Amino acid sequence: MPEWLIIVTPFVYLGLLFAIAYVADQRARSGRSLVNNPYVYTLSIAVYCTAWTFYGSVGRAAQDGMSFITIYLGPTLVAIVWWLVLRKMIRIAKQHRVTSIADFIASRYGKSMLLGGLATFIAVVGITPYIALQLKAVSASFDALISFPDGAGGAAAGTALLGDKAFWVAGLLAVFAILFGTRNIDATERLEGMVVAVAFESIVKLVAFLAVGVFVTFVLYAGPADLVQHAREQEALRELLSFRDSPGGYGSWLGMMLLSMAAILFLPRQFQVTVVENVNEDHLRVASWLFPLYLLLINIFVLPIALAGLLYFGDTPVSPDNYVLALPLAEGNELLALFVYLGGFSAATGMVIVATIALAIMVSNDLFMPALLRIRHWPVIERFGLRRLIIYLRRGIIVGLVLLGYAYFRLIAETYALVSIGLISFVAVAQFAPPILLGMYWKGASRPGAVVGLVAGFAIWAYTLFLPSLMDPGWLPAGPLDGGPFGIALLDPHALFGLRGLDPITHALFWSMLGNVGSIVVISLLTRQSDIERIQAALFVDVFLRSEQDTRFWQGNATIGDVEALLARFVGEERARKALAHYLPRGDDPAEAAGRQAPPGLVNHAERVLSGTIGSASARVMVSSIVQGEALTFEGVMQILDATSQAIEYSQRLEQKSRQLEQATSELRAANERLKELDQLKDEFVSMVSHELRTPLTSIRAFGEILMNNPDMDGDQRHEFLDVVVRESERLTRLINQVLDLSRIESGWSAWQLQTVDLRDIVHEGAEATSQLFRDRDLALQQDTPEQPCYVKGDADRLIQLVINLLSNAVKFSDPERGAVRVSLATRGSFHELRVTDHGPGIPEHERERVFDKFHQISDQQAGKPKGSGLGLAICKRITDLHWGTIHAENADAGGASFVVRLPEAGGEHCDIG
Amino acid sequence: MPKRILIVDDEPNIVLSLEFLMKKSGYEVTTATDGDQALAAVDRDNPDLVLLDVMMPRKDGYQVCQMLRERADLPDLRIVMLTAKGRDVEREKGLSLGADDYITKPFSTQDVVDKVDELLGAS
Repeated sequence: MPEWLIIVTPFVYLGLLFAIAYVADQRARSGRSLVNNPYVYTLSIAVYCTAWTFYGSVGRAAQDGMSFITIYLGPTLVAIVWWLVLRKMIRIAKQHRVTSIADFIASRYGKSMLLGGLATFIAVVGITPYIALQLKAVSASFDALISFPDGAGGAAAGTALLGDKAFWVAGLLAVFAILFGTRNIDATERLEGMVVAVAFESIVKLVAFLAVGVFVTFVLYAGPADLVQHAREQEALRELLSFRDSPGGYGSWLGMMLLSMAAILFLPRQFQVTVVENVNEDHLRVASWLFPLYLLLINIFVLPIALAGLLYFGDTPVSPDNYVLALPLAEGNELLALFVYLGGFSAATGMVIVATIALAIMVSNDLFMPALLRIRHWPVIERFGLRRLIIYLRRGIIVGLVLLGYAYFRLIAETYALVSIGLISFVAVAQFAPPILLGMYWKGASRPGAVVGLVAGFAIWAYTLFLPSLMDPGWLPAGPLDGGPFGIALLDPHALFGLRGLDPITHALFWSMLGNVGSIVVISLLTRQSDIERIQAALFVDVFLRSEQDTRFWQGNATIGDVEALLARFVGEERARKALAHYLPRGDDPAEAAGRQAPPGLVNHAERVLSGTIGSASARVMVSSIVQGEALTFEGVMQILDATSQAIEYSQRLEQKSRQLEQATSELRAANERLKELDQLKDEFVSMVSHELRTPLTSIRAFGEILMNNPDMDGDQRHEFLDVVVRESERLTRLINQVLDLSRIESGWSAWQLQTVDLRDIVHEGAEATSQLFRDRDLALQQDTPEQPCYVKGDADRLIQLVINLLSNAVKFSDPERGAVRVSLATRGSFHELRVTDHGPGIPEHERERVFDKFHQISDQQAGKPKGSGLGLAICKRITDLHWGTIHAENADAGGASFVVRLPEAGGEHCDIG
Repeated sequence: MPKRILIVDDEPNIVLSLEFLMKKSGYEVTTATDGDQALAAVDRDNPDLVLLDVMMPRKDGYQVCQMLRERADLPDLRIVMLTAKGRDVEREKGLSLGADDYITKPFSTQDVVDKVDELLGAS
């Protein structure tokens, strides 16, 4: 075959495609859209079948038998539930004006720029091998066509860039993607011309494949039975005919099936044609049986061709990936070969065009635009205008993406089979499944969950599939990471955490899905959604609920006559009457009914009828114009609800605040009362101190004057009076000291030293300090301390003062003849108990609490007034309070008084200083 | 016949000093250490003047003063309040209850003697 023909044919073909696209765009502009047709829609979905299908399926079937079918069984199974899942995606995408799969994910999780960018990045990295695959297939088929029969297919490695056909193919595809995808920009990113061209390509590749299938089965052999008969004669081929174990067994089958199920929904190009380019949800009804049928047709001859190829070429170096082309060539049917070549070219170009356009939309909308829009006064934007800038940007991105694919092809793809490369992409794309599916059916799925899930799934994909594909020289054989990095077997990218027995694809799918789904679920359960996330989640999950409720959102009071008149203007009087008749009670007089208020259902129905003629947006405007009162959209209702709930929240918060304020006020009032009380107490205290100071001072002054004015007084009396002066002076000194002590103690811990002290030492020191007092009154002191230490937290000096005060008090009231004063120490549970017992008169019941008041002295005493300041016990009380302890008085069995001090053990709960 | 003075205070040393001063000025002296004793002593000894401390156990000086003034049989009894609380309110309270004079502790001995002499009309 002449080489010029092989080169020119694709150009002619692409020219034809472009013409088709041009016509489609023209018709769309004039309102006679070609894409509003379920068959065009279905054929455009068949962009799923790429060069991989066209050449690779036969290659895989020749190696592994029936397992190639999993890639098509998955989408067939999914097609059954399209009406449920895909329709929901379409509805959501339409309502939220979603332009790409990254946009879809970002929108669901609170319009997150981070998620949009992340999904775009994953898509670009994940799809690059796929684009490389197409380049490889096209250039291989080109080589096969030119160099047959001696060529083995596959571009010769090491050829110069400009001499490399794949490079020119890449360039050509980029130009076409630019021509189809970036001529103009629409708000909805719909590209009718592209869709129609792709649909046409789907016909070409199907017919080409069927043609070669028929040729092989019915021309080379006498039908499938004959072919199978021949195959059975060869031992090696017999196995291919059975559903024998593929590598990795049933796990592998399941894995492939799940992968392809995810791919048909979430590949960016599939999302573009099935969701973004969908013009009517009802098209799905046809697509969900026609698309599986398409898959069946395009696969029906895969095994016959594979068998025939194996029979025909046997051990020759012809790659099974090229059997489709090689068989007609070998038989000399060059025209068929050229047609097959064109079919493969169709499959590849369709994929590259749609994929690069879809990715370019994502990259420009989700990566560049957010950044661009931030730079408000960028000279470039001002010079070109934003719209033209976007167009140039997308063209650049498309070229970049194709070149990226070419680089991958040159560096890696030449060593792999087509199917393996495709599957790497599938696993990457499968990472979109959890955030989208969970996001569509579970309101709780949150943004942090989706981010971490995507990152985790993508990281595992990169580690277990992508990196090995870059590093391993020949796919499965050992590479640098094999056996785990640094010899850590658990990190072996093909047997992560010791998971063996799965093929690399299923293995990677398993771990990445586990990481992805696990992260989303766990983190979503742990995090709280923002308001916008909650709203978006509700809008996504309840997208169908919303349209059913839509009828209720028409408020106002248009009459049935108004609605009918409106309809009549657009669809004619007869159709308008028919359309509304359904909503009127049977036998109702139309003339009389026209004056009645139109029920919401009727208004809604009228809007739907109008939509079919003038489009939904215009229909809504028209209906709004006659229905007095606002047409409330769901968003409107959501906003109102949101505002209401915010108002409720605010008022609740306000209530709470006012309650807090009330509480604060009453606390302040109480504090103020307490301050007043304290002020009064202070006054009283000063007055008391003054009284207590004046009393000894009175005696001192009086006797001083008496002694001065009576120099002739006799010696005994003079001595007695002088003695009074001295004792009263001592009393005064004591009093002043104690007042100072008290004020020091009142100031609290500020001047104290907190340490762990042994109460036994305290008791001993207190006893030591008061030993003179005891000697003076001829009293004995019994000390009773335990053998083990009694640790408390406190200030040693203050605690000694406590003991001294208690002992002094005991000395004052004791009668030496009735027995010794006793001080004892014991540990009771979590506190230590210090007990000082005297043999004095005891304390009457009603005085037991008051003895701790300042200057309170028990008045009812037989033997006159004891010498004391009235402050000793008040000081004791204050010291025990500050040591988190208690003090109380009780009467001892023997009749005297006991003062009991309890202090918490060191290390207990009370021991932090407040 | 010397005038009789009753000294009432719960501080023994103050009683001791006042007793010495009054005796030296030529008065007959009896003493009491609380309000109840004071009332009993008035009935028993029929004093011409009472030196009455305010802050005392059981019936304080104010109460005693008030009770003495309510009795019709003691029209000529002089009462001098003694107090260690130096504030004006106490002085006013004492005078309004019928005390003849008011002395703040610590006092000048000469002052006390002068006031008693004056109230008892001694020359």
